[in-house]
Amino acid sequence: MRFARSLVLLLGFAFLYGPILILAAMSFNASKLVTVWGGFSTKWYVALLDDAATLNAAKISLSVAALSAAIATLLGLAAAVALARFGGFRTRGLFFGAVHAPLVLPEVVLGLALLSAFVAFGFERGFVTLVIAHATFTMCFTSVVLLAALRGLDPSQEEAAMDLGATPMRAFALVVLPAIAPSLASAFLLAFTLSLDDLVIASFTTGPGATTLPMRIYSQVRLGVTPEVNAISTLLLAFVGIILAISALALNRPARDLA
Amino acid sequence: MPLLSVEHASKRFGAVVALDDVSLTVDSGEFFALLGPSGCGKTTLMRLVAGFETPDSGRVTLAGQDLAGAPPHRRPVNMMFQSYALFPHLNVFDNIAFGLRRQGASRVAIQSRVAELLDIVQMQNLGARRIEQLSGGQRQRVALARALAPGPSLLLLDEPLAALDRKLREEMQFQLKDIQRRLKTSFVIVTHDQDEALALADRIAVMRAGKIEQIGSPPEIYERPASRFVAGFVGATNMIEGFVARDDGGWFVAPFGRLKRADCALRDGARAALSLRPEQIVVARDGEGVPGVVEDIAFRGETTQLRIGVAARQALRVSCTNGNRFSLGEPVRLMIAPDAGVLFAEAE
Repeated sequence: MRFARSLVLLLGFAFLYGPILILAAMSFNASKLVTVWGGFSTKWYVALLDDAATLNAAKISLSVAALSAAIATLLGLAAAVALARFGGFRTRGLFFGAVHAPLVLPEVVLGLALLSAFVAFGFERGFVTLVIAHATFTMCFTSVVLLAALRGLDPSQEEAAMDLGATPMRAFALVVLPAIAPSLASAFLLAFTLSLDDLVIASFTTGPGATTLPMRIYSQVRLGVTPEVNAISTLLLAFVGIILAISALALNRPARDLA
Repeated sequence: MPLLSVEHASKRFGAVVALDDVSLTVDSGEFFALLGPSGCGKTTLMRLVAGFETPDSGRVTLAGQDLAGAPPHRRPVNMMFQSYALFPHLNVFDNIAFGLRRQGASRVAIQSRVAELLDIVQMQNLGARRIEQLSGGQRQRVALARALAPGPSLLLLDEPLAALDRKLREEMQFQLKDIQRRLKTSFVIVTHDQDEALALADRIAVMRAGKIEQIGSPPEIYERPASRFVAGFVGATNMIEGFVARDDGGWFVAPFGRLKRADCALRDGARAALSLRPEQIVVARDGEGVPGVVEDIAFRGETTQLRIGVAARQALRVSCTNGNRFSLGEPVRLMIAPDAGVLFAEAE
């Protein structure tokens, strides 16, 4: 019985993570052929350093992710404050829906809509439009995280700060922001990883000269899977994994402190 | 001139009337209690004074100044919250210093003022502690110190002792009273606990359903309740339904017998209710008085509570200091003085 349970668990994990493990293992393959193991080697990682196009794509991806995540966190905070604190204003339901719609909107539709908008307004597509697009579609995630944080906060804390002479703005800065700081960090990192991983929306909204890493990987794979692509994918995976771990730690810490 | 004056204040939340034409005054240096069951509007009234709610009509003045339009951070009133609302990211010192920093006090002034407050609430040397390291009683005292720090002319306390266990609560009652007397600051406390209100306050306003039922000193409220609600809410009482008979003086006709009344303004035959405190009934083995049977005995230390059956399905609660002389099922006599208790007309 115990054996059977362990087996099921193992199969489940194999189903979920097997492909990723194979990808990571193959990135250390000395052989040029993805199907044949030719011994352990890190030469594909070294080769990456000489691949200027891929390095440039990585740089663009990281810059877009950092910038759009910062914008999305600020906008998400503003939306969450409006939803949590302004009571039942008349268009609250509409606003709530509008903020959170991209959560369930098909990425293709959102990408196409953004593209149409940029074309209609005559925007030159490239880095800036990429940042705008990513901020738009990650903002709903940051707003969800921050709304939950604000709702979990005792409103009398803010009232106490005002009662003690702080203006509403200062009360927010001195009491609310420190209280939701872990959630702010978590929201930023969530938006960062979402932007880093995105292929669909980036394909619609970027232009020549601003190719992101997922786009670069995808275009290379069309010419055949190479160990070099495996290597860059493994790095991307490790990076996202680290960020998610940091985010989880940031969110868990206050909970442990209270216990 | 009173320090705080609330005049004809009304407040509705949608269809719910939280305050209905409430007026009261609080004098300088007074310990005032707002007492009532939950949902009676006492917390709304307090939040009105603090500036977190605005009255639909009526006005609030502090030292003669109309507070209308003044936001909470510009009112010389501080509040101690029921949840304490301490700032978890700041230590004890910084929590208490919060209001002082907003006033722009100098570093030295803040240091000495916080030390003084830590002394008042008996938390010396605990300034560096984090809030989560404090016990419930210590948190309560930090919240009190923080609210007192800016030197408010009026301190509002929202159920300040509700979260403490019984023993600590009684101890803190004395401390609170002591601190208030020393600082000569006006305290307005909101509570649903009548013992707390009676023990602490110079004057009590008993509230029900958004209205003030009675304002008076604790003995006035307890001995001369203005309504049946006040009589029932503050302290234990026997509420006896009956009617008035005016033949040969005043009588109250209860289901279990006629009781002589010293003074009675009600007309003959009027339906009325007599509120009798358990300690206003004298129980004896024999003599004149209402016959009854001991149904239950509860020993409470300094007093003993007896339940005396006086008629079919009617029992009176009697409190006496030597109740353990009696035994269950024993026939007794109840003496009720003509001036004991308060008679209410049925009209309410």
